[in-house]
Amino acid sequence: MAEYTLKVRRYQPESGEGAYWEEFKVELDPSLSVLDGLLQAKDRDDGSLSVRCSCRAAICGSCGMKVNGSSTLGCKTQIGEAHEQANRRKKEGVPPPMGADEEYKPANGEARGTRTREPGREIAGHDERGQAGAEDAPIIIEPMGNMPVIKDLITDMESTHWTKIRRVTPWLLPHGEAPEREYVVEPESMIDITQSMACIQCGACVSSCLSMEADPDFIGPAALAKAYRFVGDPRDAETKERLHDLAHDPHGIYDCTHCFSCIDACPKGVAPMDQIMRLRRKAGEEGIDDDPNNGHSHEEAFVKIIEKKGTLDEALLVQESYAPGVKGKLKPSMGAIKGLIESLPTVLRAIKTGKARSAHKVIPGLHPKLPGGAQDEVKAIYKHAEEHREEFNIYIAGEDEDFVEPEPDEPTDETLAAEAAAAADTKEES
Amino acid sequence: MSDGQIKVAYWPGCVSRGFTTELHGSMAIAAQKLGIELVELDRANCCGAGVIAEHNQELADTLNARTFALAQQTGLSMMNICSTCQGAQSECQQRLDADSSYRAHINEVLSGQGLAYEKGKDGFTNKNFLWLLVEDYGLDRLAEKVTRPLSGLRVGPFYGCYVVRPKERLGYDEFPERDLYLEKVIEALGGEVVEYDGARKCCGFPVITMNRDTSLRQAGTHVGDALDAGADCLVTPCPLCHLNLDMQQPEAAKVVNRDLGLAVLHLPQLVSLALGASPKELGMSKHIASTKWVEERLAAVPA
Repeated sequence: MAEYTLKVRRYQPESGEGAYWEEFKVELDPSLSVLDGLLQAKDRDDGSLSVRCSCRAAICGSCGMKVNGSSTLGCKTQIGEAHEQANRRKKEGVPPPMGADEEYKPANGEARGTRTREPGREIAGHDERGQAGAEDAPIIIEPMGNMPVIKDLITDMESTHWTKIRRVTPWLLPHGEAPEREYVVEPESMIDITQSMACIQCGACVSSCLSMEADPDFIGPAALAKAYRFVGDPRDAETKERLHDLAHDPHGIYDCTHCFSCIDACPKGVAPMDQIMRLRRKAGEEGIDDDPNNGHSHEEAFVKIIEKKGTLDEALLVQESYAPGVKGKLKPSMGAIKGLIESLPTVLRAIKTGKARSAHKVIPGLHPKLPGGAQDEVKAIYKHAEEHREEFNIYIAGEDEDFVEPEPDEPTDETLAAEAAAAADTKEES
Repeated sequence: MSDGQIKVAYWPGCVSRGFTTELHGSMAIAAQKLGIELVELDRANCCGAGVIAEHNQELADTLNARTFALAQQTGLSMMNICSTCQGAQSECQQRLDADSSYRAHINEVLSGQGLAYEKGKDGFTNKNFLWLLVEDYGLDRLAEKVTRPLSGLRVGPFYGCYVVRPKERLGYDEFPERDLYLEKVIEALGGEVVEYDGARKCCGFPVITMNRDTSLRQAGTHVGDALDAGADCLVTPCPLCHLNLDMQQPEAAKVVNRDLGLAVLHLPQLVSLALGASPKELGMSKHIASTKWVEERLAAVPA
């Protein structure tokens, strides 16, 4: 048994006050979960502390929350580990998440009695480094992000998460009449989508999404992972239409910023960002090349430049992302013209400071190739890889056993045989 | 940490030789001052920045296997100076290391070039400058080298997603404090760490051509938050973050509708300043957001 402090961001709409922080002391085994800690506080200290939960075994997906700033399931996070993490961050002077070191000001009325007041914000926390006091860092618990809060740790999943899930048509759209009995598919053809099928709809990825933080209209990681679940399903007949829809939504597959937050947040290994990249790959393979975000042309331009030059020609990338090929230049889209014009001031400033003063940095195509035949090596790699296009998924394939390096000096049957043969040769010669 | 001489196969990346040449130059100065020997991999290719993997995963894996093989030919560990290179290369390395038959398939084409990527007994090491500085060079040794402590300089760390997430892929099991290293380095150099919300968030650069508003809103918000927290400058180990935070800063200011104007330093620049290099030789005049305030702050404290 150990004692922990849970610092919970609370919000009780019926009180008419704003959100505030409250600390609870709990006592439980380090191997138990943060959710167990919250339930103990609810049981012993304050029955009004509200949290959604059911299975307590990372299956139902109800208890999504932020622990020390990271989106996760409360029942899947061990309280001892959460405490260690909180201590580590405090010792290094890393700020607690989302202003947890400041008191929330009530919208109106006086502060409630149980509320704790924190000392003033300390920059860098140098003084605390290595001191015993640092061992008492509270575990910071907040409701999920990117969603409205209903009460305490309970968020409104409907307005963001479920609305976006429904946006991607999350059901099968097969060809023709339904068969009399079940659909029959090769088991191997379903393996590809097992990763996206593992989703339990907890919303942790949505909570963590940094694109959605900047653009609330982004379809988001959970819904796009769900979209891949149907795009990859061999029974679905609307694959291309689905991809077209997701590519042509300006807040669709090309609105993800590659921040990897959803991969770390997901308690089931779905890796939503990887599914979004697979949707982009499939959209490209289906020839969907006219999305309004210039996402596909950016990808095409990047890939072609490296084949030709080996390293990135930035000027050419900007030009070709907006106005790809001859067609893009003869008949540029309005978006392309806007994009190029918007990037002009940045280019001019770069020329002014000397950042981009040499010709090959501003004139597309002048960028040098790799030296001494290396460019041909890169081209050979392109040829090989474009023929095979193998996609290796560790989630499905798993990892090899630990590597065992062969002992070079230890004789094997083959080397022994070779040695014997060599010895025989020598004998004959002599 | 060791006192021994460090010599690495050095992959500078594309952007450090493109729109942020000041980074390439600063790394050379930092290496010389620290006594790190760099063997530059001038035949190596772009890491793909995640974009090539999005097109064809095998292509990205093979291109990076080639870079790793070139590094292995030197018999040295590899070092990069770009969070994005680190992340994209670690992603490919994870797949290559996971499966020997996949590795053999990738090596098929490399063998024609006299190259092969070997996983080896202890695994292949590819570390960015920040990780190398803390884990191999050592903070105490770094602090000893400081000739002009950055006293009074308030520095906001900005990591870049690709060295922070996903934790499982980026060696956080072995090194759980990798997302605290910038703070440690700033302190070792005598500077003051500024806390603000954006240090481990996304700069927005990957979608600058796809969704300009989302992209610049991210950059502008983080720069604004750092200013509000009292930062004199930001420091980043990622040149792509630098493009959005510095080069696009005037555009980001328009999107978030406020005045910005915060210097953004590359990690080797910050290190070199504390080791006595001048802002001029570190190419700081090439930055879009003026570094004058940083220079004034440092001048106020004699070297």
